[in-house]
Amino acid sequence: MKGSKKHIPSSDISVPGVDLGQLERLLSFMSDHGLEEFEYAHGDLRIRLKKAIPQQVAAPVLALPVAQAAAPQAAPPQAPPTAPAAPAPAQPAPAAAADEHIIKSPIVGTFYAGPSPEAGAFVHVGDHVDPGQTVCIIEAMKLMNEIEADISGEVARILVENGQPVEYGEPLFALRPSGKKK
Amino acid sequence: MFRKILIANRGEIALRVIDACKELGIATVAVYSEADRNALHVRFADEAVCIGPARSSESYLNIPQVISAAEITNTEAIHPGYGFLSENANFAEVCEASHITFIGPTPDLLRMMGEKDQARREMSAAGVPVVPGSQGIVGDEAAALAEATRIKYPVILKASAGGGGRGMRVVRAEEELAAAFATARNEAQQAFGIPDLYIEKFIERPRHIEFQVLGDKHGHVMHLGERECSIQRRHQKLIEESPSPTVDAKLRAELGARVVAALEQVGYTSAGTVEFLMDEDGSIYFIEMNARIQVEHPVTEMVTGVDLIKSQIRLAAGEKLDKVVGKHVIRGHAIECRINAEDPDTFVPSAGHITVFRTPGGPGIRVDTAAHADAVIPPYYDSLVAKLIAYGDTRGEAIARMRRALEMFVVEGIKTSIPLQRKIMMDPDFISGKLDTHFLDRFATSHSG
Repeated sequence: MKGSKKHIPSSDISVPGVDLGQLERLLSFMSDHGLEEFEYAHGDLRIRLKKAIPQQVAAPVLALPVAQAAAPQAAPPQAPPTAPAAPAPAQPAPAAAADEHIIKSPIVGTFYAGPSPEAGAFVHVGDHVDPGQTVCIIEAMKLMNEIEADISGEVARILVENGQPVEYGEPLFALRPSGKKK
Repeated sequence: MFRKILIANRGEIALRVIDACKELGIATVAVYSEADRNALHVRFADEAVCIGPARSSESYLNIPQVISAAEITNTEAIHPGYGFLSENANFAEVCEASHITFIGPTPDLLRMMGEKDQARREMSAAGVPVVPGSQGIVGDEAAALAEATRIKYPVILKASAGGGGRGMRVVRAEEELAAAFATARNEAQQAFGIPDLYIEKFIERPRHIEFQVLGDKHGHVMHLGERECSIQRRHQKLIEESPSPTVDAKLRAELGARVVAALEQVGYTSAGTVEFLMDEDGSIYFIEMNARIQVEHPVTEMVTGVDLIKSQIRLAAGEKLDKVVGKHVIRGHAIECRINAEDPDTFVPSAGHITVFRTPGGPGIRVDTAAHADAVIPPYYDSLVAKLIAYGDTRGEAIARMRRALEMFVVEGIKTSIPLQRKIMMDPDFISGKLDTHFLDRFATSHSG
């Protein structure tokens, strides 16, 4: 994560229930997705991170729905698709991403981790994937579109929940490309 | 009534639809391309879905992406705005198949109005005057001569496969016809591989007059008077007004009644515009129908007090026309200037970063825009930055308000058409209402020093 990581005085991170590693991951997430500001709430815990660089775009930015991606423990039900939130956390995506490769949704639709509700997920965190390997399904207009890995690597994080609506360009998986170790 | 509407558009018209939905208590879903991530329609809609990259064929024109966005947000209806998918019969059909209400006419009507020939035949059969011309192709010189004599000179020969001015010849007298016929055929053959020509009455200095209509799903149609849009360049309207300085109450009532009868006959629903050319002698001819809301709809809203977008939504939900619109009168005068991001002299588009954006206000002024200071006008879409509308009790008052509003409209960072529109507002021909579609050509020549 060159360049983007800042020195953080330890006093700033003595938040109960949050460890340095968790904050580090949030910061990486922010820089991966070009976010200037980030707010995260879970239970009583509320974290707000803001980069100390001037905003490039003056147009107002909406509340970002990234909490889901960063907080997979948020346990969303997989029932009727909830509204996909406003401007996605995606672009300008990981041009500068250091050691992770993001698989983004090429279409708007509903994300399914596996081929059917009964079957398991195509991939799990820690799995190795090869180019062309199906990693998930995006349902659009009653068609099941198989999404394939475009590089070889290890699944580091799954960024969406089964049954979640996704928009164009929404990050789905973070892969650690083969040959690179964190 | 719908609970949630998706707006398959961007820019000022997307905001305009959001305005209407907010007033009706309907939730909104914006769709946007990657180039519009920070656009205001994304900010002001209740939800937003990114549907593709900047290029409109992969985003705003991408039917599966738009429909998927409607499905994942549980949207009940789609408002297509103008341009993009608004007159796409296939899109309207896919909406229907997906159980989403398309806020516009039925696919069949969109198809009929899209086929210009068929639209002309239907309207003509229903008693609306069309430009006199040959029924189809004129096979040879003799046939062309006979037709030209029947419809009277000047006439224009047009390639049936044509477009872009090729294979077109204006003929002002009988002795010119033979030569023109031969050259036009040749040109058509070379340009399109088909030499076929048809012949039409040529209108030297037409005025562009159009009628606003609304239809419900119960067989009723009404018109809301006319607009005049004669100030155009390259068939792009630049200034529109309502009522037309040349249409009187009698013509409005007569032509309006014919338009309404014709559209009730074809079963027209939703908002639409019936476009006419008016000859110098006052004859008026149907040219085409736009089966959607139009850019210049606000001038009609100002003089009738009818909110056309809200009407469109309520009619799509099945409400009856007399309940949606009811009694209204045409009162006062409204003028609209389309403020485009372009060089006011060369009309070259001027995309870029807006540094200063100060809109005028005060009595009788309305500004429909999605622009703001620090906004970026992307190079991928049309160049409309804002619509400035001035309303007054009289045409004179509307012009006076437009003049001062144009003076006090400040846009920096990009070039706009404002300087040109300021000059037009001072032009004696414009002020006296002497308009035709060549106005701007003459104007440019007389002002180029």
